[in-house]
Amino acid sequence: MTVSPSKHPDDATLMSYAAGGLSEPLAAVVAVHVVLCQRCRAEMRALDALGGLLLADCPVGPLRQSTVPARPEEGGARLVRPEPIGEALLPDPFLRRFGLDAKPLAWRRLAPGIRQIRLRLSGGVPGDLRLLNIAPGRAMPVHGHGGTELTLVLSGSFHDATGRYGRGDIQDVDDEVEHQPIVEEDGCICLVASERRARFKGLVSRLLQPLTGM
Amino acid sequence: MVQAVIRRRPRREAAIAQSRGLMSDLLARIAKERDDAAFRELFETYAGRIRSFMLRMGADPGVADELTQETLFAVWRKADQYSADKGAAATWIFTIARNLRIDKLRRETPWQELPDEVAAAIPSEEVPVDEAIASAELQERVRRVLAELSREQREVVTLAYIDGLSHGQIAERLSLPLGTVKSRMRLAYQKVRAALEQIT
Repeated sequence: MTVSPSKHPDDATLMSYAAGGLSEPLAAVVAVHVVLCQRCRAEMRALDALGGLLLADCPVGPLRQSTVPARPEEGGARLVRPEPIGEALLPDPFLRRFGLDAKPLAWRRLAPGIRQIRLRLSGGVPGDLRLLNIAPGRAMPVHGHGGTELTLVLSGSFHDATGRYGRGDIQDVDDEVEHQPIVEEDGCICLVASERRARFKGLVSRLLQPLTGM
Repeated sequence: MVQAVIRRRPRREAAIAQSRGLMSDLLARIAKERDDAAFRELFETYAGRIRSFMLRMGADPGVADELTQETLFAVWRKADQYSADKGAAATWIFTIARNLRIDKLRRETPWQELPDEVAAAIPSEEVPVDEAIASAELQERVRRVLAELSREQREVVTLAYIDGLSHGQIAERLSLPLGTVKSRMRLAYQKVRAALEQIT
């Protein structure tokens, strides 16, 4: 099955990701989107190349003697080698990073028809990152207000005035956007990040509002 | 300060350009023969630049030294994972430096290194034009894009890539509205995309 998402991060968001300037929760969502999206992967090559050229253009700073190695020691590799994910919900490096790899996902009930897993960010990093698992027909929580908010669909789908969002699609909104997303018949599991701390109170009250006709 | 950031350095660019072809040869020698002399040469070309890159995001000199070493050690260890058809050596070295910097300075783990091989492993029905563009061609196009950016676009792009600033931090640094920073960045991105879309 080929995944070809049609909804991508804002250009400025993707460039900031390539530059290494996105905060951890937003970068987490974009990283998974890039794994699932061929178009953004292709564009990342060019955006990384831009970084390579800018690095090559950096002034040559003076080196301390201690910086210069005789011959590097082996070992201590830290960069993660990516693995294919096929139809898996999330890439393994992501699951390992957030301690979700050892056991089945432990969803906690947040409200009727809505379960979540909150993901622990690195110490001192502001923002909010969570997995939401929402039953068909429910309204998606909208808990923005303050900074960029990214929602990536991992399975199922939702729709709103801006269109339909399926696996791999990302919704990139800032505080000006108002929308009322509705989860479709297949339910929806998504990864949601916000730049600042989510207003939990507002979120819960939104979630508890059943949609008309339910 | 900002002026210094965006000032062009044609001479240095030319020096790197000349050694550009060499870099992937050096990486191949490091990968295959664990060639000390090749590593030394790569080190001399990149160490000072990487150190500047690390200092710009606010690392203190000791941390910048450490990150420079770590980046170049990673290059040594992982030289066999580099392949010239995936991208220029400079691009590959940049991604390593960027990920280590994120990891160290923001205490985040470098699992951002997800792309590329996943791309190869996921079966696809068709390969888009962009992915088929040879890496040397891509490098050349992006180089032209960089030269064609307006002063203002280059400024925000440099603050993002080299200084590692977020949209909000760039807005603060330049005393501009956030929306202006984002739109300059989008304009720069559109030039990159247009370069990818041109078919030779």
